[in-house]
Amino acid sequence: MSDAVRLIEVKEEIHADNERVAQGLRSQLAQKKTFLLNLMSSPGAGKTRTILKTIDALRDRFRFGVLEADIDSTVDAELVAARGISVVQLRTGGFCHLDASMVAKGLAALDLDVLDVVVIENVGNLVCPAEFDTGAARNVMILSVPEGDDKPLKYPLMFTVSDVLLVNKMDYLGLSDFDLKAMRERVLRLNPRIQIFEISAKTGQGFDQWAAWLSREASSFIGPVSGILRDIRP
Amino acid sequence: MHELQITERILDIVLKHALGQDVTKVVRIHLRIGALSDLEDEWIQHYFDYLSRGTVAENAQLAIRRAPAVLCCLSCSCSFEVTREELGRARCPECGEPGLELVAGREYLIENMEVL
Repeated sequence: MSDAVRLIEVKEEIHADNERVAQGLRSQLAQKKTFLLNLMSSPGAGKTRTILKTIDALRDRFRFGVLEADIDSTVDAELVAARGISVVQLRTGGFCHLDASMVAKGLAALDLDVLDVVVIENVGNLVCPAEFDTGAARNVMILSVPEGDDKPLKYPLMFTVSDVLLVNKMDYLGLSDFDLKAMRERVLRLNPRIQIFEISAKTGQGFDQWAAWLSREASSFIGPVSGILRDIRP
Repeated sequence: MHELQITERILDIVLKHALGQDVTKVVRIHLRIGALSDLEDEWIQHYFDYLSRGTVAENAQLAIRRAPAVLCCLSCSCSFEVTREELGRARCPECGEPGLELVAGREYLIENMEVL
């Protein structure tokens, strides 16, 4: 046998498996007419509160479910369940993000036939979740004012994969040196197609516009006919 | 942060491609990782050394090449490379417009491997 070094061509994308699972999930959800939204942010940016407020705003139009991902706690899921919303807790057991297989497992525990919109509350982290396609129809991220306007420079990937940026905790703006204009410019240079909504999950500021966007996206995904027909609430 | 999971995938793919190729040892694995990845090369190698014990890929060296981020101008369609630090600050070098779309920089590709 020769001891000469040979070259084997591989040309394989490491994330290809996850992307296959994510695509499969997307077609399954399209059939079920369930709109899956992936919500990402750093810890403490206001994901849970934003989800609750969003559901409050749109409860009459859509039936919501929530997938709560946490490294090791059920605190958020308890808050959501207390409002009578279908929720599944995914404990990632140390994992810093969700991938499509984990999301598929979580969705299997929900009755998708009676849900129009499922929101994934991803692990609080601005780095890792950006790398993994969850199978969601849309990615939404939150940047809260106290985190600072330099985050697009530090975590560029997250801003490039998101369809929407919610700038939360706008009620803090006057107390900080957060430069809204500079932040917008930085974000738009990373992702000129991103939609930016300035909100406060505490005061409700900006929720009309954000809820209108979500409502439009979910309706066009689910289809207008089923939206009218499926008015029987669980 | 998720170097372990990524490294498991690398090893799976490498072993799959070594199978049936009369490989006694994988010497070097060439990876192309986009500039936007936050993974640490050193940790990927550490995890790989651990995971690959007892396989043909034991002691293989990971040769990681960082692929630049490439932006495409939405106004004039020209594309150009930028460093990670320039992202979020860049303007089109041709027309000066700030509307730029990321077209490369997220890849995680195993290109090829040197084997015995």
